[in-house]
Amino acid sequence: MAVPGGDVVVIGGGATGLSAAWWLAREGLRVVVLERGLVGWEASGRNGGGCTHPFSPLFREEQRLWPQMDDLLGHPTEWRPNRIVMADTESELAEMEADCRAAARDGFHAEMLTPQQLHELVPIAGPDKAGGAFWHFGGHANPQRTVQAYAWAIQALGGRIVQHTDVTGFELSGGRVTAVVSAAGTFGCDAVVVAAGPQTGVLAGWLGVHLPVTPARAEIIVTEPLPLMAHGGINSTELYGRQTLRGNLVYGGGPHEWLPPADLGRDRPTTPLVRNLAKRLARMFPGAAHARVLRHWAGVIENTPDGRPVIERLPEPDNAVVATMSSVGFGLSPATGHAICDLVLRGRCDFADLRSLRLARFANLPADWRERRGWVPPDGTGTA
Amino acid sequence: MKLDATSNAASFAPPSERYDVAVVGAGTAGCAEALAAARRGARVLLADENPLAAGLIGLDVPLRYGGRATSAVQTPARMVERIAAATPLLAEAFDAGIDVRLGTCVWGAWLPAPASRALPGRLLGLADETGSWLAGFDELVVAAGARDLAIGFAGAELPGVVGACGFASLLQRYGAFAGRVLTVIGGGALAADCVALARANGLRVAAVVDLAAAPSAALAAVEDMRMLSGHVPLRAVGGADGVSALVAADVAGGEPKTIACDTVVLAVGVVPMVEIPAVLGCRMTFDAGRGGHVPVLSADGRSSLDMVRVVGDAAGVACDQDMLAWMQALHATGGAEVPACLCEEVSRGDLLGVRPPRYLGAGPAPQPPVDPGGAPNPDHIKRLTRAGMGVCQGRRCREQVAALLALDSGRPAGAIPLASYRMPLRPLPLHLLAPAEEPEGMQENWRIWFDIPSMFTDHRDIPVGDEA
Repeated sequence: MAVPGGDVVVIGGGATGLSAAWWLAREGLRVVVLERGLVGWEASGRNGGGCTHPFSPLFREEQRLWPQMDDLLGHPTEWRPNRIVMADTESELAEMEADCRAAARDGFHAEMLTPQQLHELVPIAGPDKAGGAFWHFGGHANPQRTVQAYAWAIQALGGRIVQHTDVTGFELSGGRVTAVVSAAGTFGCDAVVVAAGPQTGVLAGWLGVHLPVTPARAEIIVTEPLPLMAHGGINSTELYGRQTLRGNLVYGGGPHEWLPPADLGRDRPTTPLVRNLAKRLARMFPGAAHARVLRHWAGVIENTPDGRPVIERLPEPDNAVVATMSSVGFGLSPATGHAICDLVLRGRCDFADLRSLRLARFANLPADWRERRGWVPPDGTGTA
Repeated sequence: MKLDATSNAASFAPPSERYDVAVVGAGTAGCAEALAAARRGARVLLADENPLAAGLIGLDVPLRYGGRATSAVQTPARMVERIAAATPLLAEAFDAGIDVRLGTCVWGAWLPAPASRALPGRLLGLADETGSWLAGFDELVVAAGARDLAIGFAGAELPGVVGACGFASLLQRYGAFAGRVLTVIGGGALAADCVALARANGLRVAAVVDLAAAPSAALAAVEDMRMLSGHVPLRAVGGADGVSALVAADVAGGEPKTIACDTVVLAVGVVPMVEIPAVLGCRMTFDAGRGGHVPVLSADGRSSLDMVRVVGDAAGVACDQDMLAWMQALHATGGAEVPACLCEEVSRGDLLGVRPPRYLGAGPAPQPPVDPGGAPNPDHIKRLTRAGMGVCQGRRCREQVAALLALDSGRPAGAIPLASYRMPLRPLPLHLLAPAEEPEGMQENWRIWFDIPSMFTDHRDIPVGDEA
């Protein structure tokens, strides 16, 4: 168990790793974050920015922390509260109620919106929606500013961030990780956190642990700025995203591409899917159909077989914590970092029940689990 | 093996159009390439975005038109006639059976890749004023020409501050240039060409403002025109109608000079339009003598990707001016408040101080990104300042941003990485990009995120019993 003053190496400079490093630095540990590229340069810095995950055991902590994050980090995350969800049909409206029910179990509430109320809140949505809901919980933030805010906060606490540095191995002794070997040298440690997104499975393998994940590539489009709406966090049943505080619409959704699990390159190609995203964004916001698309980008996220995170301190080596958020990491990151910090320091998380996130649930996973789910590249090749 | 129906495996139907050779840009180089390919028996597409939609001209895309187009640009049929008349090779191309598409921009280009295996081959994204579509190709020839190198000074956002390419395009291509009295900025061959073009068209050139201490022979020979050597623009003065005068700063510290004019032509340099090779992943290099970041090309214009050739000005344009020297003088005389990025209102000081964007108000402290070492990266800086993220897609600022970062870090221009280009390569409206039809099953299988029901199951409903 690591103690204040001890050394922790965090592998992965995404939202999860950075948040964990920040929590650990706040507890007085000496943290080093090793990042193979730039902090927040992958999926953590290029997502819809949603902070609304009622199905997660970390939801309550997510909701508790976000309103404080600007103050805690000392830099703006552009977090704004509440979400609006919109439906084109009555049956879509009914589907939305599951999230509201889950949030209600944590004491949060939502109210249904009539088409007229929705039109007033979201003028560009037009008058033809079946209705929607206003969630008095959740919110959204700017991923790019948030990841930098984490990094700055870590540095302000004396933590180190080493970028453009690949991890190449671990040194193990007596059932513990004693050092992390990297392109920038060997970092001795009292504890290690592996939060390396799509690479987490490979790194866990080096620790002797089978952590099944499959990477996938997803795409998002960004329009020119539009007049600011009162609430920028608006989803349809087809698209997720937000209006940024600058006014741009940033929206994603739809088909993803499954990638080979090994040999992850660094290319993040986009595809003509931009047209299908544009079609749906124009349909979601008819009043913004004239808005110009300025950019389009892709990011790579990873999924576990059941689409839920793994956050676990390993039995052996017992000073290692592994974490993958299974493609839903940014918004939960304040809470995830807190949970990881607790696991590193105390071996347990007292504020949330993480039992449903344990690796043991995959103990009987068949070797061909990816093929069974069809989680293979479009040409059917490249699976390991 | 079954594939995940909600993945992109079936997202892309084969395109309705296929070409052996697709040529982007119907200037002299593009027409010649298209004709040569047609003579070989190839099925050829020759696409040119001109005549542009008036909306793009208003956004300074792809050239710096600077609000000096007459209403003639709103009459597409007339513009097509002018282009056909001005480009005799186009008639030949029509006769040769080439599929000539005017008013059609290429806004996207994709190749199958290890992380993109669903594409039905090599694709271009095309659009005209009525819609967008995809076309397949075997070989691509990029003959997209060059665009304006923008330099900044106070008032540069006023109508009437145009680029040399935008000026020439409005005047020659469209016959739709609204200015009458010009000040030309620059001292090399480009500035001399602009002066000659203006005068040949009956426009008055009030002055040339040039950083060099003495004029070039070509400029020195021009009569009845003020030559302000050793000067750079300090500020454009004007109102709603645009520029009424340019104030030039004496780099030696003398009194600023005021020149009455309705147009300021930026003619320090031009930039090869490299966005298509860049987004395709062609290997790039920095070559100041070819106009900056350009694709690595073999003698016959072949890029590092075998199926992509780059020809004409898009392959590189001779440049006789030192952009860093200009930027240094502009910065020294104009100061930190001058805009570096017009769309997002980022000043030079904001950029170099890595100040949070203005919409966040005065509160947050400026802070540079966590330093990865090495040269400053414009992609890194833009995420924190928003410089280059506006509706002109960075065309009016990317070279300035790079030059400022180079000067500020004491590095040569070539040390600053090329800021990423992203598709769509033209800012196109949502409704225009949207396809009329989609592959079967796309709507039915469209999900907001992954189709993994347990991902969104309330954690309290997930059994954890036996391992507890």
